[in-house]
Parts: sequence; C-alpha cells; structure tokens
Amino acid sequence: MTRPASENELPQLYEQMLLIRAYEEKIVEASAAGKVPGTCTSVGQEAAAVGVVNALGGADLILTNHRSAAHLIARGADPGRLLAEVMGRSAGYCQGKSGSLHISVKELGVVLTSTIVGAELSLATGVALAQGMLGKPGIVVCFFGDGAACEGAFHESLNLASVWNLPILYVCENNQWQAFVHRRETMRRDHVADWAVPYDIPARTVDGNNVEAVLAAARAAAAEVRASGRPFLLETYTYRSRGHFEPDDQAYVDPAERAAWAARDPIAACRDRLLATGRLTASQDAALADKVQSRIAVALAFAEASPYPALSEMTTDVYA
Amino acid sequence: MPTLTPIEAVDAAIAEEMRRDSTVLMFGEGTATKRHALLEEFGARRIRNTPLAEGIIAGTAVGAAGCGLRPVIDLLFAPFLCYAMDELVNSAGKLRYLSGGQFSFPLVTLAMTGGGWGVGAQHNHNNEAWFVHSPGLKVVMPSTPADFKGLLKTAIRDDNPVLFFMDIGLLYQPGEVPDGEHLVPLGQAAVRRRGGDVTLIAYGKTVHACAQAAETLAGEGIAAEVIDLRTLKPLDTVTIVDSVRKTGRLVVAHEANRLCGVGAEIAALVAEQAFAALRAPIVRLGGPDAPAASSYPLEQACAPSAEAIAAAARRLMRA
Repeated sequence: MTRPASENELPQLYEQMLLIRAYEEKIVEASAAGKVPGTCTSVGQEAAAVGVVNALGGADLILTNHRSAAHLIARGADPGRLLAEVMGRSAGYCQGKSGSLHISVKELGVVLTSTIVGAELSLATGVALAQGMLGKPGIVVCFFGDGAACEGAFHESLNLASVWNLPILYVCENNQWQAFVHRRETMRRDHVADWAVPYDIPARTVDGNNVEAVLAAARAAAAEVRASGRPFLLETYTYRSRGHFEPDDQAYVDPAERAAWAARDPIAACRDRLLATGRLTASQDAALADKVQSRIAVALAFAEASPYPALSEMTTDVYA
Repeated sequence: MPTLTPIEAVDAAIAEEMRRDSTVLMFGEGTATKRHALLEEFGARRIRNTPLAEGIIAGTAVGAAGCGLRPVIDLLFAPFLCYAMDELVNSAGKLRYLSGGQFSFPLVTLAMTGGGWGVGAQHNHNNEAWFVHSPGLKVVMPSTPADFKGLLKTAIRDDNPVLFFMDIGLLYQPGEVPDGEHLVPLGQAAVRRRGGDVTLIAYGKTVHACAQAAETLAGEGIAAEVIDLRTLKPLDTVTIVDSVRKTGRLVVAHEANRLCGVGAEIAALVAEQAFAALRAPIVRLGGPDAPAASSYPLEQACAPSAEAIAAAARRLMRA
C-alpha cells in the first residue's frame, strides 16, 4: 500500500485538482458578483486534499471542516449539488440548510462536517469508536488545519485516540494561516507533526503541494493505521492561496510570501510534470480545462435552477 | 416493588438498556471505577473510564451517536457542562438540522446539580434552562426514584440528545421503583396531587417542597394541584395550561435562578394561553441571580421552601 501514483493515476488526480480549482474560482467570481455567498476556498490546497482522499477506500469515513470543497469533490461529490448547498437551495446535499460551512455527504462517507474549529477532532474519536464497536471496516480520516491544532480539542482528541487505540488518520493541512493570523504568531514550531510525538502517535510531514508525494504518504499512513489499529498524524505542508473567507483582499499577507507559494502552485507543478514526462500534451491539457469549465457551468446552472427550501423546512429535522 | 435510591435506579436503567441493546455504552471520568457491577457485566469495551476532559468525553459521545452507537456519558457536575457546551450545543444540537437530517444523535448526558453537598457554585449550578434554550436538545429532571429509572430508560431509547439532570438533594432518598420495563415518556408531566384552587408547578426536589406545601394548604382548606414537569423540553404545555384554566392561580418554583429560568417560560405560556382564566398574578419562586454558596444556609436558601410556596399560594387566594 506504499506504492506511488501509477502512470495512469496522475492525469486523473490532475483532472480532479482542475475541477476543484474551477469550482472554487467560479464561487469567487459569482460571490464577487453577489450571486453566491462567500466561502472558505481550498485554492492552493488541492494537492493536499486530492492526494489524501485518493489514498482511501470506500469504507473509510472522512470528517472535514469549513474548508471542505476539495475533500468533497475528490471524494466524488457532485459540484452541482455542492453549489446548490452553498447557495442555500433545496437540491443541495443538506437541502440548503448547511450552506458552505458544514456540508456532510453521508452516502460518500463524509460525516459530521463542522465549522467549529477543532470540533472535527473532538467528533472523530467517537466516529472511530463507533466503527470499531460496530465491527465496521474502514478507518476514520480527520482533516483539520494548523488553527485547529491550537485548540484544546486537538490535544484531547490525540490523547484519547492514543489511549483507546482508535484507527484515526489525522490529516493536518498546515496552510500557514489561521483565519487572519499567521501561524508564526500562534505556534512556536513550524510543524504540527511534532505535536503528535508526546501522545505516542507516529507522524510525518509531506510536501502538501506535490500530489504524488501526498498520495504516497497518505497510502503509507493509512496502511499503518489499518495494520496497527492506532492513530497516525500526517501533516500536509501547504498554503492557503486565497483569503480566509471570500471576499478577502489579503492586505494582511506579505506579497513576497504569496509570490513564493504561487511559484509552487500544486496544479501548475503537476501540469509541468505531466507535460515534461509526455503523459499529457498541451492540446489534451486545453481539452481538460474546457471539460472542467463546462462541468462547472452545468453545475452552476443546476444550482441556480434549484428552488430555495419551503419556509416549512425551517423547523424540520431539528429532532429525530 | 423494590425500593431503590435514584443512584441505584440510574444504574438499573443503564444495565437494563445495555442488556437490551448492544449499541448502548457508557463512559466518563470514573465510570468504570465507580460502576463496578456494570463493568463486571458488560466489560471494559462498553463501560469505560476517560480522562478528566469533558470536551472530548462529550465530543466522542456525539461522534459515536452520529455513527450508530447510543452512548450514555457521565459529566459529573452540571457546571462541568461548560467544557462540553460546544459539543452538546453546536454539534449534537445542530448537526442533524445543518446536514438536512442525515444524522441523529441518540445520546444521554448525566449531570448532577442542586444544593445538598455544600460543594459551591462550581459544582452546583442549576443551568438546565441553558439547554432548554438550545435547539435540538431534550432536557429531563426527575423527582422520584421511579422516574429516574423510567425517564432514563426512555432517554436512552430516544434518538435525540438528552440532558439528564440529577438533583443532588434526591440522590440517596429511596423510593419504590417498578422492576423491568418501566418506561416514562418524555414530554409528559405528572400531576402529583389534584386540587382546584391553585396550581403549584416544579421539577426536581422542589416538587417535594410543593407537595409539602399542598399538604399544609389542605389543612387550611386550600386545594392545591401539584405538577411535576419531569421533562423541561419537550414541555407538557397541555397539562400546565389545563390545570391553570381550572385553578386560575399559579405558583412556579425551582432552585435555578429565576431570571430567564424555566419558570419564566411557564409564566409566559400561561399568560399567552390562559390569561382569561387567571384570577391572580402568576408567582415565580426561584434562586437569586447569584452563584450558589457553599455555606449550608445560603445554599439551601436558593431552593424555594415549602413555607415560601405555601405563603405564595395563600397570597394568591387573597388576591
């Protein structure tokens, strides 16, 4: 299970990343035009999400957070239903009641999505406990950021998961920014992986902007969780290229930092590798770009055509 | 019928539900240490100790409930719920709704509250109204050993998160408890005494103060009706309103702070739905807007006494 991306996998990963970028850029454009509410985009973090999600099996469960579009699309969520959810329409995965911040898609194994920073960590232990007690196959993968790692829930979750031997793959997307504060101001260390050590949890940091490296590291980490039945922490070191929440002019970000990370854009890097190794031609690349753009156009039209929920929905599904 | 304390009734309810349903499990700080019989019968997978960390205890329970288990957690004292507030209120109470009904959270949280042990305000805070005010949660607070068992069994079977408050002042007072399948529905108040002159509404140990007051009042020719709410959410509005329509007088009593307490909601409900029947103003008796002191007389004074309840009822009869 530690094999790297195979010859024919990389183009698929690349296409997923293109689709995610196109989806997020459409939201940025449409929210600037006032057609769609603002969101927390995953622009810049596509490789980190695509690499991990593609390392998982169908029985594995995923917990994510407010920056979830890349995880959801990589897992196979329909961009049209996602956009409908973002727009509060009834065709959304949560019938329009979630909006962008807490989209769960149980049928895809994306469960209990929460926008409270750190909540995904506190719920993941319970999800893993249930998997084990109910004898279900599949490990639990919990995506969180460096901001959540500064919450008490991170430390409580790792401690309990270690003590109780819970099969959780913790994936810290260290994207350098915690809402409007740089990680340097809130953490003494650069790497969240260091914080797993005192809980007796193995950890590794991988270049989160290299989709092949992330896929290989996530496969190895998931294999270790399956074999040991114990937690593992994988840190994908990456960058939040856009602001915390659209619209955001990022006036608080050092332009040199943005430029340095822009030069390491995960999609451009993947494209360069594919072109250089002859696995993709320029014309195929252009065709892929057209394909994802038209998928997103269809998705937006689908979402816009979906009605808002009836007002009677205001008080449904409060209680079971 | 066996005689049990509420503490024993709670363990009996948990044991019966764990026998009945293999997805029921219990964990908390000291759960496996203190609940020997449960540990012995059900083993260390289903009866677990945890770190002293209410946030992760509650979060783990919410995650487990959302994915197929029925956890019962013991958070010990109600003020400790503050550490678990996010998990209970923002996750258990909201993620069903926010996900469009994809998940349910069958989860029971036990917490002790109220005066009696002189433990002071960081262990004794009747904060049940916070949870009544939070959507998606149910709130229960029994007054008799039989109801401790019957309500807890129903709460464990309920598909929603239930806060189960245990009044410290009652925990060691034994009473008759039916054996086996004794289920008390949530949302159904109990009329503990019938009477046509004045309605006394309470929950937890204050029900007993109302019953005592009613006994005194009966000697004076005043027939008081005593209603034990048992469940604070869902609230049995029908029993409340029907009683006040009959008596025309209402005293609501609880140990919790009067300000925005459950009594305020009941007063508003009656004002909205039975105003024409009222023959006197509504009286609310409750604790002050102050933390509960450790000092015995100050602690005890938070809970409305039988004398204060009877005095309020007499005033209403003269109004």
